[in-house]
Formats: sequence, C-alpha cells, structure tokens
Amino acid sequence: MRQDLIASRFRSSRRTFLKAGVAGSAALLLLRQVHAGAAAPEASRDVLPSGARAVFAAIVPILLDGALPAGSECPVAVAQTLAAIEAAIAGLPPAARAELAELFSLLGFAPTRCLVAGVWSPWPAASAESVGAFLDRWRDSRFALLRSAYEALHQIVFAAWYAQPRAWPAIGYPGPPSIPSS
Amino acid sequence: MDARPPSHAPDPFRAGRNAGWKLVDASRLDGDRSLDADVVIVGTGAGGGTAAEILAAAGLSVVMIEEGPLATSTDFHMRESEAYPQLYQESAARKTRDHAINILQGRCVGGGTTVNWTSSFRTPAATLEHWASEYRLAGLGESDLAPWFERMERRLGIADWPVPPNANNAALRRGGEALGIKVEPIRRNVRGCWNIGYCGTGCPTNAKQSMLVTTIPAALEHGATLVTRARALAVAHAGRRATELSCAALDARGTDPTARRISVRARTFIASAGAIGTPALLLRSGVPDPYGVIGKRTFLHPTVVSAALLPERVDGFSGAPQSIYSDQFLAAEPSGPMGYKLEVPPIHPVLAAITLPGHGAGHARWMEQLPHMQVILALLRDGFHPASAGGTVSVRADGTPLLDYPLNDYLWDGARRAFATMAQTQFAAGAQAVMPVHASRPTYAAWSEARAGLAALPLAPLVAPVFSAHVMGGCAIGADPRRSAVDPTGRYHHLDNLYVIDGSLFPTSIGANPQLSIYAFAAKLASALASSL
Repeated sequence: MRQDLIASRFRSSRRTFLKAGVAGSAALLLLRQVHAGAAAPEASRDVLPSGARAVFAAIVPILLDGALPAGSECPVAVAQTLAAIEAAIAGLPPAARAELAELFSLLGFAPTRCLVAGVWSPWPAASAESVGAFLDRWRDSRFALLRSAYEALHQIVFAAWYAQPRAWPAIGYPGPPSIPSS
Repeated sequence: MDARPPSHAPDPFRAGRNAGWKLVDASRLDGDRSLDADVVIVGTGAGGGTAAEILAAAGLSVVMIEEGPLATSTDFHMRESEAYPQLYQESAARKTRDHAINILQGRCVGGGTTVNWTSSFRTPAATLEHWASEYRLAGLGESDLAPWFERMERRLGIADWPVPPNANNAALRRGGEALGIKVEPIRRNVRGCWNIGYCGTGCPTNAKQSMLVTTIPAALEHGATLVTRARALAVAHAGRRATELSCAALDARGTDPTARRISVRARTFIASAGAIGTPALLLRSGVPDPYGVIGKRTFLHPTVVSAALLPERVDGFSGAPQSIYSDQFLAAEPSGPMGYKLEVPPIHPVLAAITLPGHGAGHARWMEQLPHMQVILALLRDGFHPASAGGTVSVRADGTPLLDYPLNDYLWDGARRAFATMAQTQFAAGAQAVMPVHASRPTYAAWSEARAGLAALPLAPLVAPVFSAHVMGGCAIGADPRRSAVDPTGRYHHLDNLYVIDGSLFPTSIGANPQLSIYAFAAKLASALASSL
C-alpha cells in the first residue's frame, strides 16, 4: 500500500518536475554563466558560505526529525551538527567542494530556489512543510541529478549527526570499547 | 569467550621513528625535494606494500610515495568521525560520475589494507580459468599462483578464524543453512585479533596484518624511504624510458596540493595507486597508449544491500565484521547472468545512517533499532559478460580521477535476484522485517510479501543505491597490447621501466574480496622484477 502511495506521488511530482526540471536546467545554465564571469576564489574553506549555512539550518531539523533530542537540547544538537557539517565539507577534495558550491548556489539563488527546489520563501523563513516537501520531491524525483543532490545532503547530514556521541544513546550504540594501552 | 591477550602488539612506527626510519611528511616540507632511488613505488596498499618489502629486501633503494597520511594504531580511536576523513578517499564519499555508486577506498599508509575488513580469499579458480581462456593469460593459473598465495598467507597470518562469528554473520549462516544455501567461514589476515569489530576505522591493536604493520615496516627497516601526503602527478618519459616522477605535496588535511614539489629520479617506476589512481597517473603522464586501454574496464563488485530486524540483539558493530560468506550464487561458469557473493558488513552508526534511505521519523525508527539490525551485502561479479564492460577512469580538469560506471539492465537483473536472495535468507534467519536499501523504502514482513514486492521494484541509478569497496582493472595484464596495458611481467607495454602492481592488473573483477589476489600477484611480479634489476 505504501508503495502505491509512493508511486502515485512519483507520478504527480513527475509532471511538476518535468516543467520545473526544464526551467531549472535553464536557470542552472544561466547561473553557471554568471558564476563563470565572477569566478571568485573560495573565501575560506573552513567557513560555509552563508547561503549553504541557511540551507543546512533549514534541512537539518527535517532530515533528523525523530532523531534530534527534544526541548532545550535540540538547538545545541542542531548547532553542533551544523559545525560538524562545516568541518566535513572543509575536509572534502576541491572537486567535491566545487560540486557542493554549485548546489548551494542553485539553492541560494531565489529564482532557482523557487523553480528547482519549489521553496518560495528564503530559507530562514521557509516553513517546515515546504522544506519537507522539497526534500521529498528531490528524493523521489525522476531526475537523477536531483536525486543525487538529495543523496549528497542526506549523506552529509546523517554522517554529521550520527558521528556524535550525543546521538548514540537513542540508537543503543555503546560507542567503541576501551583499549588499554600497551 | 574472552581470550584477549593481555596487551596489544606495539605500534611499529613508534620504535621505527627512533631507529631512524626515513619518513617524510610532505605537508610539512618547507622547500621542494628531489630524491633518487633504484625503484619508486606510487601507493602503499596491497600491491605497493608487498612490492616494497620484496624490492627493499633485495637490496634495492626504494622510495614509496603515498597520497594519504601516515596514521598508525596510536591514531586509531575507532571513531567513524575521524577515520573516514583521515583514512579514506574523499572522506569515504568517493562517487562515480553520476553519483550512483559510493566507493569506499582507503587512502593512507597501507591503503585499503589499513581499513579493510580482513576477508582473505584466493583468486577463484573460475576467474583464473576465464582469464586463461578469454584473455589467453598464460602462467597465471591456480598451480602457478599457489606458491605465491602460500607465501603471502604465511607472511600475513592468513588462516581460518576459529572464533564463533558475531550475530550478524551467524544470521547469514543460519538463514543460508535453513534454505540449503552453502555458507562457509572466511579466512582472515589477523594475529591475536581481539574480535572488537573496528577493522574499518584502522585496527587499534595491530592485530590486522595490513601493509601498515607488516611489509612497509620491513621495507623501512631495509632502508626504504616513505613520503606521505604526496600526490604523484606524472611520470616523465623519453623514448621507451620513464625518467622522473613528479609529485605535489598536499596540505595537512590531505585534500589540496601546496606549492611544494617532490621529484624522484629512478631506474624503475611502479604504479601501485589502486585501480582508480594508477590509470589516472598514467593518463596524466601522457604515456603512449595506442590502443586506448588505460582506465578502461574498471570493475567494482557493485554491491546492493538488504537490512533486516531480528528479534534478538545483533550488535553488528561488535565482533569480526566478516567471517561467513556464500558463493552459492556465483555460478562456476561466470559468463552467464550476473552472479553475486553474499557477505555482511559491520554496522556502525554513520555507515548505517548514510546507507539507510529516506529521512525523518522513518529513518530514525530504523536507527533506534540499530542493535537488532542485520545486514547482508550482495557483491555482483562484474566483467565476465559482454554486457558487463565496467567503468572508465578519466581525469578532471584539476587532474583528479573520475570513474564513470554506467549501471545497465544486465546489472539490475543481478541486483534484483540478489535482493530476493538476501530477503529470503534474512526471513529464514528469523527476521521480523526486511528492507532492501532502496529509495522507496519498502518494508516487508514476510518472504511471500518480499518476493512479490521485489519482483516489481523499480531499479535505477540513485533509486537503488549501489556501493563498492573493491576497485579492480583499468590496466589489465596480458600478452596482447590491444587488450592489455601491461605484459605478463607487469611491465607497461610501451615503456621498458614502468610497471603496474596493484588491483588494476585484473582483466575482470575477482569475484571475491581482492586483497589476497593483489598480494599474490604483487609478490610474484615484484620477485621477478627484483631478480631482473
């Protein structure tokens, strides 16, 4: 039954995304032209561009819904996860960082954010529903490019959260054993 | 059982540093360096490490060039957060061109052997026979290689593993036996293993007999030089001779080149940078390649994954990660429909979380059941059928390698059968739920339901995630220069002093975890080379 639900959503989102995909590709091309003209060097690889930070701040609570702690611990956990994401991206090779920079340009540029991600408000103002819908659409998109972008966000965020010892009690992972030194 | 030794084996590099081993961390260089050697070896994994010991022991001066860091047991804290960025290519997130395959590949002193799960198989007879008949490879049959397997098995402590399997492996055995599927124990390259389960983050007790604690220390003891955080850029050549290797020092994080250069003049050059790195080095070098074979036919053992929940605790993060396998679905004649080998992975939080599909509450519920999670892998045997031509390595504008590996219907047919086998085995082992790792996150409560569901499951790139931990091929060994890159001695067909000694030699995938195949080939080729120099 669940499969049918997914299949029907696949079909309806396919129609939307056929249009959005074509428009989005055009926008992406345009964006690349703009970027090629202003190829600024990376400011600092240790600091995420503010656009990327805003996207992660919006998607982390949605991707990790049900995993993040409740109450006052939640903002701390989100902040630590964002810091871990920043460090992880800084540790990637230049080609992978460049691919991510392209993705965040796309998500940070209002016209492509609306057309390709379907998020109509700037990221800090976007509702949980619209961010969730964006992630669902990219995950289930008929376009491999959008599925791969979802997969990249998925991998970065889940690795950043579950690498932290604070995530372990909830999943019954005791952490590594202690090894007496030789 | 608790038969732990009182203390673990010492970190050989601690004593070695004091004994004057020649270790150069290129990220700390304050000027360019030039070195001279009889032999320079690019890469310190199963191929380069094995070759380094043999050549250094023969009295030759050897320089080893390693792109990754020198990290030793002192640095291994069993933390995924440290190990993946430190010890793996691209933080363990290396992808094929379309991102449909995630490749786990070591990048540190010892290469893959420092982070692999210790599974040790001789090259299957069916694979060697296929190479003999299809690629007319002479002198590399089972009996030719047997002494080399024996030699490396002795060298690396490869033996039966007498300890009972952990519950994750035991479930594969139990499910297989219930279905009449033949399951067998895996031999491992360990000495005094504590059965902790953290092979993938670097062995903290030095029990795993990786290159890091065996052949590389031996080569250093013989006077070899080890340069780390140095990326081999290109081999200069004139006529039929390679003349000089140029390398870029990397920064302390190991990702970006600095302005420092290291050049190595040598009589003999060996590419052992793995089946992505070696073809990329040769492509960057612009070596003659009249038949365009470099980087073609790269194989991965593309792997699909099935997760299950068992009523009892599995604790798949604990205990030797791989101790049971099945070759039931690898037909003796490999050129038919795609076959697959069944194994299990270690189940650590990050590896589990990035592999489980979807997000939000559904993902969190699976993660909460981590101690009950049982996972089976199916490693698809690629390269034996005309429809399985593998991938192609090219280099990006910045010189780094990129592997394009298209996934086609022949492969998806194998994947679909593999998903069914894994689910059936998991239910037979007592699973209450089985979820093939797939974007639509289908969860089945019984085999009958799974059988119907899997038959209709759409399989496509980035819908059914594919993984690889075995990169092979791309510089095949063979007599015919139109179909191979190196001759049967490992020498590049078009340069007289350039050799390839690593997993890129294989004309197809191995059909088993490749480390022991690489060790045996490396020992054989390097021994012949040592006596010729």
